[in-house]
Amino acid sequence: MAKKSSKSPSKPRSKTASKKSSELQKVFAHVPDPSIAQKEYRQRKKSQLAMIRKTDKKLLAEMLYQMVLGRVFEQKCAEVYRIGMIGGFCHLYIGQEAIAIGSMMALKEGDYTITSYRDHVQAMVAGIAPEEVLAELYGRAGGNVKGKGGSMHMFSKEKGFFGGHGIVGGQIGVGTGMAFAQKYKDTDNVTLCFFGEAAVNQGIFHESLNMAQLWKLPIIYICENNQYGMGTAQDRAMSISNIASKGDGYGMANEFVDGMDVMAVRDAVLRACNRARKDSLPTLLEIRSYRYMGHSMSDPGKYRTSEEIKKYQERDPIALFKDSLKEAKVLGEKDFEKIEKRAQEAVEKAVRYSEESPYPDESELLTDVML
Amino acid sequence: MIGVWRDDLSAAHRLPLNLMANKILMPKLSPTMEEGQISRWLKKEGDAIDANETIAEVDTDKATMEMTSLEAGTLLKIIVGAGSNAKLGQVIGIIGKKGEDFSALLASIEAAPAASTPAEKPAPTPAPAAKAVSLPPMPKPAPPPPPAAAPASTGRMVVSPIAAKMAAEKGVDLRGVRGTGPGGRIIKRDIENLNGGTSKPSYSYTPSTVYGASAFREEGTSKMRQVIAQRLAESIGPIPTFYLTVEIEMDAVLGLRKKLNEGLNDAQKVSVNDIVIKAAASALVKHPWVNASYRDSSVRFYEDADVGVAVAIEDGLITPVVRSANKKSFVEIAQEVKALASKARERKLQPEEYTGATFSISNLGMFGIKEFTAIINPPEAAIIAVGGAEQVPVVRNGEITIRSVMNVTMSCDHRVIDGATGAKFLQTFKDMLEHPALILI
Amino acid sequence: MAEMTMRDALNAALREEILRDENVFVMGEEVAEYDGAYKVTRGLWQEFGDKRVIDTPITELGFAGLGVGAAMAGLRPVVEFMTFNFSILAADQIINHAAKMLYMSGGQFNVPIVFRGPNGSAFQVSSQHSQALEAMYANFPGLKVVMPSTPADAKGLLKSSIRDDNPVIFMEQERMYGNKGEVPDDPDFLIPLGVADVKREGTDCTIVARSMTVPMSLQAAEIVEREYGVSVEVVDPRTIKPLDIDTIVESVKKTNRLIVAEESHSFASVGAEISHQVMELAFDHLDAPIKRISTVEAPMPYAKNLEALALPSVDKIVDAIKEVCYL
Repeated sequence: MAKKSSKSPSKPRSKTASKKSSELQKVFAHVPDPSIAQKEYRQRKKSQLAMIRKTDKKLLAEMLYQMVLGRVFEQKCAEVYRIGMIGGFCHLYIGQEAIAIGSMMALKEGDYTITSYRDHVQAMVAGIAPEEVLAELYGRAGGNVKGKGGSMHMFSKEKGFFGGHGIVGGQIGVGTGMAFAQKYKDTDNVTLCFFGEAAVNQGIFHESLNMAQLWKLPIIYICENNQYGMGTAQDRAMSISNIASKGDGYGMANEFVDGMDVMAVRDAVLRACNRARKDSLPTLLEIRSYRYMGHSMSDPGKYRTSEEIKKYQERDPIALFKDSLKEAKVLGEKDFEKIEKRAQEAVEKAVRYSEESPYPDESELLTDVML
Repeated sequence: MIGVWRDDLSAAHRLPLNLMANKILMPKLSPTMEEGQISRWLKKEGDAIDANETIAEVDTDKATMEMTSLEAGTLLKIIVGAGSNAKLGQVIGIIGKKGEDFSALLASIEAAPAASTPAEKPAPTPAPAAKAVSLPPMPKPAPPPPPAAAPASTGRMVVSPIAAKMAAEKGVDLRGVRGTGPGGRIIKRDIENLNGGTSKPSYSYTPSTVYGASAFREEGTSKMRQVIAQRLAESIGPIPTFYLTVEIEMDAVLGLRKKLNEGLNDAQKVSVNDIVIKAAASALVKHPWVNASYRDSSVRFYEDADVGVAVAIEDGLITPVVRSANKKSFVEIAQEVKALASKARERKLQPEEYTGATFSISNLGMFGIKEFTAIINPPEAAIIAVGGAEQVPVVRNGEITIRSVMNVTMSCDHRVIDGATGAKFLQTFKDMLEHPALILI
Repeated sequence: MAEMTMRDALNAALREEILRDENVFVMGEEVAEYDGAYKVTRGLWQEFGDKRVIDTPITELGFAGLGVGAAMAGLRPVVEFMTFNFSILAADQIINHAAKMLYMSGGQFNVPIVFRGPNGSAFQVSSQHSQALEAMYANFPGLKVVMPSTPADAKGLLKSSIRDDNPVIFMEQERMYGNKGEVPDDPDFLIPLGVADVKREGTDCTIVARSMTVPMSLQAAEIVEREYGVSVEVVDPRTIKPLDIDTIVESVKKTNRLIVAEESHSFASVGAEISHQVMELAFDHLDAPIKRISTVEAPMPYAKNLEALALPSVDKIVDAIKEVCYL
């Protein structure tokens, strides 16, 4: 499967997608054997290499930077959360970076993004500064939404980032409306709508997909399948395992994508964007990844083994991407060091900024309730 | 209207025209205020004052109020400093031109007797007399409302908020109002239908330990009343006393007495003083706050009026008590007073015959005394000093006519009786004597 | 001015606003080809076509969410619920998304959307189709709640709601669609949200009524005036949120007595809120406990006699007036 996608990376493939998806899923689901895992890793790298060679080097470096920034930022969040600097919920993205970076960096001006509560990295990729995101987590006046939203609610109207949303699946309906507006206004823009695999069981997913296909809306539904809805494994919550194929129920183009491969994500999203911009058609992408951390910071993680986590970490999207970039001679160790240092500095700056940012003025309590 | 009143209506205090200095008087800052405490001056001596500028803050019985100046000038002198009290209309400072000589004004203020207590409307009253104030003519009370079914005695009064507010504004004592709402709730309509009259409330009374003495009930004193009591006691003495004088035309009483005594033997003959006792007793049961005793944390209200009658004896004075005078006829009172007086002169009075009065009357009219003040006999809250009736020319319906006028001065314990309370009692008392038929209602 | 039904007044408001602003569109079940389940959107699809008047699948949560997203992206959707009973399916999108978006986004994303449709009782449609939900929506900061009682109010308030930059819950009454009244023709005839209207002046008792209880209260006022000489003032807040409490308090200060007549159940109702606010702001002016006339605490029964018993009525309001006036 990986081979195939490297062969024809830009060809739209809707009709046969689900069949192929299930093939890939089989491969993907059986990685416990280290030899198979290594084989899979080599295959993945091969296909990644092919796509890297066709992509702008500066963009690739920036993609790596964003992935590293996301990783370093979330690790810092875990660190400061433990010392009580962050309150409430805090859902980390570690392990899933390839999805946000691979998809959002395929967008153009005027496109919209909306996501769930696991939104820190999406917010930064959209262009919200790390310090604004962290200060929001700190509940400070300098936060992205003035300390009113916290971890789950990053927004930027200016960057077309329509927010992190706290109700599982709620943003699927809203995202559908954003695409509706893009079409109503006759633009060629698209909406990226992220959600976890557990949201697929919500009614809003099905209601939205039905309307999007019925009215041919320019939206890309991205199911970030990290395989656990809180502590419930997907196979304990869903009658079938092939989420991409749920698009078939609505006649919607769909595809299964390896979420550990940032270039594969980019490729799939670019093709979906093309479909949306040219023909105003929606797509459902199931992007399989793995959440290294618990659902939230309060997750004890007893529902899975450390071996399982390790298995996925061997296919870590950043390590994989770095290997490929190195092999393609796009970037070297020194570049990686530079990128990592830059990310470290950005996060340190964010910490300083957040610590210094004052608490919101009490007058803010009652502002922004209504216009 | 909050403001500083200039006392330019007072002839006694009128000043030469070339002297600009003027008195700043304690203004009325709440409807029931009788005195105020300067909580702080916002200006010091020598400061310029603009018209309408706030010059001091005054604690009244209700709240801390701002006091503004009616005129521009300079604060020349603070007479009542922060923390001190001043009665309504009392001079608290002097305003005038900067550098002006106000010594004459100051001297006249210092020479003037202590501040008077104008009862309700200080501004338009004429120059007050030294000790007492003549009450403004008051409307005659309407006949009391028809007897009402007593509300169920639940121990607490049920009254709608608007009715309570209206009663407070009108100075209606809700304990005398019959509620016609569900469960005896006093509602707006009940206050509107009052027309000034109140019906007799129903209470439970505790018998007295003094044999034959009036039963009583006690009501806890409000915080405010405790503070007033404490403050007045500290400033004036153990019993903070004030005095109210009323002039009463006695022609009707004299006529009544003449009629009553026709056909009565000497032992039964009724004196003017007996009628005064009966009128006082009848008025007392209509004004429970006067027929009461202050007891620090409570006020004891008496069911009946046990009236002490001061009797001069050789080496002093004793006040035998006419028990439940409100329930006795003129003749019964007359006989009892005669008996008590002779027992007193013979020094045969038993303790229960001269203790436990709820109110006292001292009459020096027979000695040719026209007007005097009497000392309260604790724990009673008041005593009236009755002078002799004198024939004086008065104007009635534009004609000069001769009437018998009697002066009555009531000494009031300010811890229970406020100025208006006392005045209302005297009003009832005066009405009864001027229209004796009212005594019998 | 023209005499028209409330249905036609609402239709005129929608038509004028679609004409005025290209971002205004109407969506909902049966609003287009069918002309609306209650004919409020009659003729609009024929005039404006598929883009502006959109039939949705029966998918309340879905199209409510779609409306929220479209509003965030700059459109002004008017979303019709065939009845507000079905809005409960969409409550997550209305309450968790529309109401909170402005706040959660630190003031960045407002949601200029109108959710409208009939609310309250209908005739013999039983429990799930006969209920008044305004208290639920009014409970959430971020939503405005509007309930007209006359054709003119319906038009002026709906136009204001569509032009409002906040999410508005606009609640009509099925039983009142045929009520007639004079309605201004002016395409800019607006009634500001948050302003009450004194529908009848009086001195002895205030009735705060909304939607269907307004005509009931007016009728009750006529009866007690005739039979008891009692003068009743009827105040229609028109907008439940923001609530024009000043007008209500002013009226109570005049009359000293208050009745709230409403179609919702009484527990935690708008009437409960009004009672509380009046108690707080005009306590010293009350002469009687505040009385509420509401729908009984039971789901709506089907049987005609039971249904009548459950709902507010002119007779119940008359009795309440007598009670607070101590008659």
